[in-house]
Amino acid sequence: MKLPVSASESFVEFAGVQKSYDGEVLVVKDLSLRIRRGEFLTMLGPSGSGKTTTLMMLAGFETPTSGDIMLDGARIDSLPPEKRNIGMVFQNYALFPHMSVAQNVGYPLKVRGLPKSEIAERVAKALDMVHLGSFATRMPGQLSGGQQQRVALARALVFEPKLVLMDEPLGALDKQLREHMQMEIRHLHERLGITVVYVTHDQSEALTMSDRVAVFNAGIIQQVAPPAELYESPANSFVAQFIGENNRLPGRIEAANGTLCSVVLANGDVVTATLTDAARVGEDCLLSIRPERVKIAPPGGPLDNHFEAVVAEMIYLGDHVRVRCVLDSGADVVVKVGNVEDRPVFSVGSRIPLGWRAQDCRALDAA
Amino acid sequence: MTVATLEGEAGPAVDRTSLKTKLRRAERVNRARSFSLVAPLLLFVLAVFALPIGLMLLRAVENTEVRETMPRTIAALDAWDGRETPGEDVFAAFAEDLVQTQKDRTTALVGKRINYEVPGARSRFLKAGRLIDAGGGGPWREKFIAADPEWGSVDFWAIMKRAGNTFTPYYLLTSLDLRQDAEGAVSRNFADQSIFVDIFIRTIWISLLVTLATLVLGYPVAHLLAILPPRHANVLMILVLLPFTTSILVRTTAWIVLLQSNGVLNDILLALNLTTERVQLIFNRFGTVLAMTHIQLPFTILPIYSVMKSIPPSHLRAARSLGAGPLTAFVSVYMPQTLPGVGAGCLLTFILSLGYYITPALVGGPQDQMVSYFVALYTNREMNWGQASALGAILLLITLALYALFNRFVGIDKVKLG
Repeated sequence: MKLPVSASESFVEFAGVQKSYDGEVLVVKDLSLRIRRGEFLTMLGPSGSGKTTTLMMLAGFETPTSGDIMLDGARIDSLPPEKRNIGMVFQNYALFPHMSVAQNVGYPLKVRGLPKSEIAERVAKALDMVHLGSFATRMPGQLSGGQQQRVALARALVFEPKLVLMDEPLGALDKQLREHMQMEIRHLHERLGITVVYVTHDQSEALTMSDRVAVFNAGIIQQVAPPAELYESPANSFVAQFIGENNRLPGRIEAANGTLCSVVLANGDVVTATLTDAARVGEDCLLSIRPERVKIAPPGGPLDNHFEAVVAEMIYLGDHVRVRCVLDSGADVVVKVGNVEDRPVFSVGSRIPLGWRAQDCRALDAA
Repeated sequence: MTVATLEGEAGPAVDRTSLKTKLRRAERVNRARSFSLVAPLLLFVLAVFALPIGLMLLRAVENTEVRETMPRTIAALDAWDGRETPGEDVFAAFAEDLVQTQKDRTTALVGKRINYEVPGARSRFLKAGRLIDAGGGGPWREKFIAADPEWGSVDFWAIMKRAGNTFTPYYLLTSLDLRQDAEGAVSRNFADQSIFVDIFIRTIWISLLVTLATLVLGYPVAHLLAILPPRHANVLMILVLLPFTTSILVRTTAWIVLLQSNGVLNDILLALNLTTERVQLIFNRFGTVLAMTHIQLPFTILPIYSVMKSIPPSHLRAARSLGAGPLTAFVSVYMPQTLPGVGAGCLLTFILSLGYYITPALVGGPQDQMVSYFVALYTNREMNWGQASALGAILLLITLALYALFNRFVGIDKVKLG
């Protein structure tokens, strides 16, 4: 795998890390990843993909079965969690219910033996930072979910850790609050310049917040890339499938010409597509096209591919209409048609012309 | 909206009252139904719990023996001023009552009651009974005093008069090592009768020792139960609950077998040359606390366990990630959260220990008997139910007082059984 972060600028580094709980199955298989100082990196993947285990190894709650973990140039494999100076925000906040908000936030300072006056000062500053200055004497049980989450954030940041880990911190919040907190965390990260490693299974959260996203599946990082690259040019069919909506057309690569290739579909139709590292000439492949890149356009335009399809279903979604069409090859293609004044008029059963560019259609592995 | 508002300017008052009536009627059915579900248990508790306790508490102050058996004497004593030996009228009434008690064979009963407060009174009553049986007539005053000069004692008649009251503080005072002299003043009881305060203190002390021992031994077990994977935790849980499957009597006698001078433990100690002579492990305080701790352990462990089970493991992790070492994290984050369970478990064990009877009776020495032992003694052997009830009443009072104290300083709402 390509590592766009050079060894010299890496702040956190996983080198050939493996983890097995039972000595039979590897939960994390040969993980290598470098994280820059000040970067917001998200580990994204379905449950059981190894992302939380990876985070727990970084935090020190799990030991790698093999491989090294480096933090700021030093090996931390044998360092206990309390010596790593890593702030962590847990899924269910893990606020201590018997301590007030101020005591919770002051806890990391207290165990470090700081003087009382300094603790009070830094706690006040941290609470102001998350807009909870007036809640210092409340107990966690008296706060709403979003407020508790902010207290947990303040607590993880108050001792100025080198690195902050977040394990699905917004999973328990409702949609609106979650979106609000995403922006707040994002802004905190920008303001404080801290390095954040964030774990989530929510792809839109990953895209919204991150500098780079590492997509995990079955214990292996499938792709590490900035959100736009991840969406525009997924490295394999798992990433294409997991990030955003995706049309899949199975076929076989007949010939390649530079970055382009021609793919033959089940009924013999030929599609011009972009060849990726995940697929090879002569083998089965899966074509991936984003629904918003499929156009309703008659042949003769600038598009590389033109097909006719029958409208099978239309779903009205306000700002756009999702149109499910069936190609002659039998494959389904979903088209997003923007709800604009001059949108084409058709109905279920109509035969409409579809077209897309070769660079928007990527030939990926058939898996 | 077409739905009319029920309250507000538009709603006429009549409608609102009828609504209230309707609501009450609708709820009455529900209330009656839920009450009928609770009623059997409520009646059961009232009949076998509240009522007997009430009657027992009543017995602690009840005092009808003298009043019922010697009504004439008590009536005659009403007019007595208590300054000098009563006149012939009292003695004549006394003689008349004695004729009746001799016939009913209740002379000894009255004698026994007076004997609590005037040592030797019982035999004096029996002698007086024989005097009556001998026949002859008055004047009785001279006749009684001639037979025993004590009959002329003003103090005796003062106590006799007081014993005629329907209620007496005598049993309660005795339970607190206090006595009332002939004038009615309360003072410390004679040293040879002052045993009960020591017994109450001993009862509380043994209960505290047992509570502490169960906490020290049980806390780590509860923690282990809470953190082990379910498969192993289940086995451990069965081990914890195993004692419940054997009766207390069996378990206590098993301790006797183990701990007695010729018992298993002493044999092992000798065989290992750890001691040169047999150690007294039982029929003393050690044996009592040991056996009681064994019985009480599950009662302390289970509430602590259920509270520990509810503490998310992420709390300890959070504390560690924030810079606390394993021990600091445990003490500052985990232990405070287990306090409600510790409170519940300790309170349960302490209160149950206060009432222990069979175990100290079997494995304790004379110096390890608790209040319940004396309650049993007065009920079964001494036939002094008043004293037994008074001891029970005071034990109940102490328990309630400790409970109130606990509530005041810890708060019973903070206690969690699960």
